[in-house]
Amino acid sequence: MKSQKFWAWLIFVLGAAYFIIPLAATFEFSLRMRRGEYSFDAYASVFADPYFASSFAYSVIVGLFTIVVGILVVVPAVYFVRLRMPWLRPFMEFVTLLPLVIPALVLVYGYIRLYGSSSFIPFTGSVLGTDILLTCAYVTLALPYMYRAVDNGMRTIDIGTLTEAAQIAGANQLQIIGQIILPNILVAILSGAFLTFAIVIGEFTIASLLNRPAFGPYLVGIGTNRAYEPAALAIISFIITWGAMGMINVLGRFAPRTSARTD
Amino acid sequence: MAAFLEVQNLVKSFGTNTVVKGVNFAFEKGEFISLLGPSGCGKTTILRMIAGFERPTSGAIRVDGDEITHLKPNQRKLGMVFQAYALFPNLTVGDNIAFGLKIAGMPADQRRARVEEMLRLIGLPGFEKRFPYEMSGGQQQRVALARAIAPKPRLLLLDEPLSALDAKIRVSLREEIRAIQQDLGITTVFVTHDQEEAMSISDRIVVMNAGNLDQMGSPHEIYNRPSTRFVATFVGQLNTLPEASFGPNRAIRPELISLAPRPETDTTLTGTISDVGFLGSVVRLRVDVSGTPINIDTFNSHATTPPQRGDTVTLHLAAKDVLTLGA
Ligand SMILES: Nc1ncnc2c1ncn2[C@@H]1O[C@H](COP(=O)(O)OP(=O)(O)OP(=O)(O)O)[C@@H](O)[C@H]1O
Ligand SMILES: [Mg+2]
Repeated sequence: MKSQKFWAWLIFVLGAAYFIIPLAATFEFSLRMRRGEYSFDAYASVFADPYFASSFAYSVIVGLFTIVVGILVVVPAVYFVRLRMPWLRPFMEFVTLLPLVIPALVLVYGYIRLYGSSSFIPFTGSVLGTDILLTCAYVTLALPYMYRAVDNGMRTIDIGTLTEAAQIAGANQLQIIGQIILPNILVAILSGAFLTFAIVIGEFTIASLLNRPAFGPYLVGIGTNRAYEPAALAIISFIITWGAMGMINVLGRFAPRTSARTD
Repeated sequence: MAAFLEVQNLVKSFGTNTVVKGVNFAFEKGEFISLLGPSGCGKTTILRMIAGFERPTSGAIRVDGDEITHLKPNQRKLGMVFQAYALFPNLTVGDNIAFGLKIAGMPADQRRARVEEMLRLIGLPGFEKRFPYEMSGGQQQRVALARAIAPKPRLLLLDEPLSALDAKIRVSLREEIRAIQQDLGITTVFVTHDQEEAMSISDRIVVMNAGNLDQMGSPHEIYNRPSTRFVATFVGQLNTLPEASFGPNRAIRPELISLAPRPETDTTLTGTISDVGFLGSVVRLRVDVSGTPINIDTFNSHATTPPQRGDTVTLHLAAKDVLTLGA
């Protein structure tokens, strides 16, 4: 009993060390810009760089659009598959896993070939077109997370009976999804949204190959040209990402409780 | 008088499995109708076709002269209560009740008044701010009833609304449902597999058996003049009488046999008591009549002690009370 506890703790400490030591070392290094003493100079330098703000703002905006488009695509799809075509679910599971299996590089080369300036639909021919393409690519990247979050949310409510109850009261499909289904899976959707946000903020490959001024390429650029700022940026991105994860947990506590079910 | 709810040659197949096999019935405005039958006989399927959730394979459904067979559920102006309550978890009790009114475009102040009226009707005044999860099953089901009737639907449909509740609440709520239904005069179709429930609250009962309508009539008719063997055995208790003295397929209800002669009795049987069951107001005796078990119900009485096991008794019954069971 006692030795079991010891081993459990040892593994926990080793695991924690694996994550915390590099983080602590990075943090320590980021404070050493000024010779001989700790300071936040690296952070000040990062925040003073106009590209930091502009690339971060760009990624936030693309992230928000990605979330909205993702919700508009995923929620109705999951709803109708669960309600009308349950036999399609294994197929959905498979399709939504593909973005995890196919490298982003392959995806973006495919996009460039399909939507390049000499193609029939030259999305990359204009800035707006490229932004739209980037958003679509991010929706695809975030699909595995958004799908699972929404699917889990719908599992906790009896969407079949709730849909019928709303229908017989006179509601149409749009009213049912907007007024009944969405509010009841809001927490699940938000957790999918924060995961999407975390992915978009850090993404490098696609943004860089489409040549958009996103936060990911900015991070990499700084990393190759400067010494202390990359460490500071790593810590900042870490805080942003974990902030998003933390929000998922906080929101989970506000999950609406479903009414008693008898089946 | 024209029928208010009319179902004509209704058939429903799932693949090759026909679960409703040509059902016809017609009811008048304001009637309380029960669809009664054992599990799997197609009651829910009929109700769901009336609601519009299942598409009939063939046949027609008319409400108040309008053919609604092919309308979408949200165009039918019906109300429905589900077994699992199905209140909207994200809405308060008040908003749940107001849901249909809001969809129909009723202004907010009228909605509020209607919600208040409904809450008074179901005996839950002041509950509009509560959420469904803060209420008991019985309370939730009453709210579901209020939600169904608030928009003044043409028909109220209930699919085993009481089966998730415990016995006491089941009885009180069914009486409440019946009282509200009579109060509002709303035509109601109630699905149940519980014959006692159907008998106690219905104007008319439709007895279903394996996708067919076996008999339709008032509880009194169904109980006293069952038209098929299935109805006779499914509704209430029944004793099959010994073939030797009565012929085949003869049966009688337990309460129509007595231990003492009555003015109308003209037939006797002799047997030995094999079991005595004291049920409170009723004492149920099991009598062995030369190998055929016969149950008889007698009222409990203060003065006399019930007969004992092993006693030999004479049973009195009237030949006119004997039912002949058909196919
Ligand atoms: N969607 C469906 N697909 C295939 N078969 C179905 C479907 N719905 C019902 N059935 C079948 O139809 C038959 C009748 O079902 P129904 O639900 O109407 O029975 P019920 O009389 O309401 O029974 P219970 O008292 O158990 O609720 C059953 O054999 C059932 O398996
Ligand atoms: Mg049923």
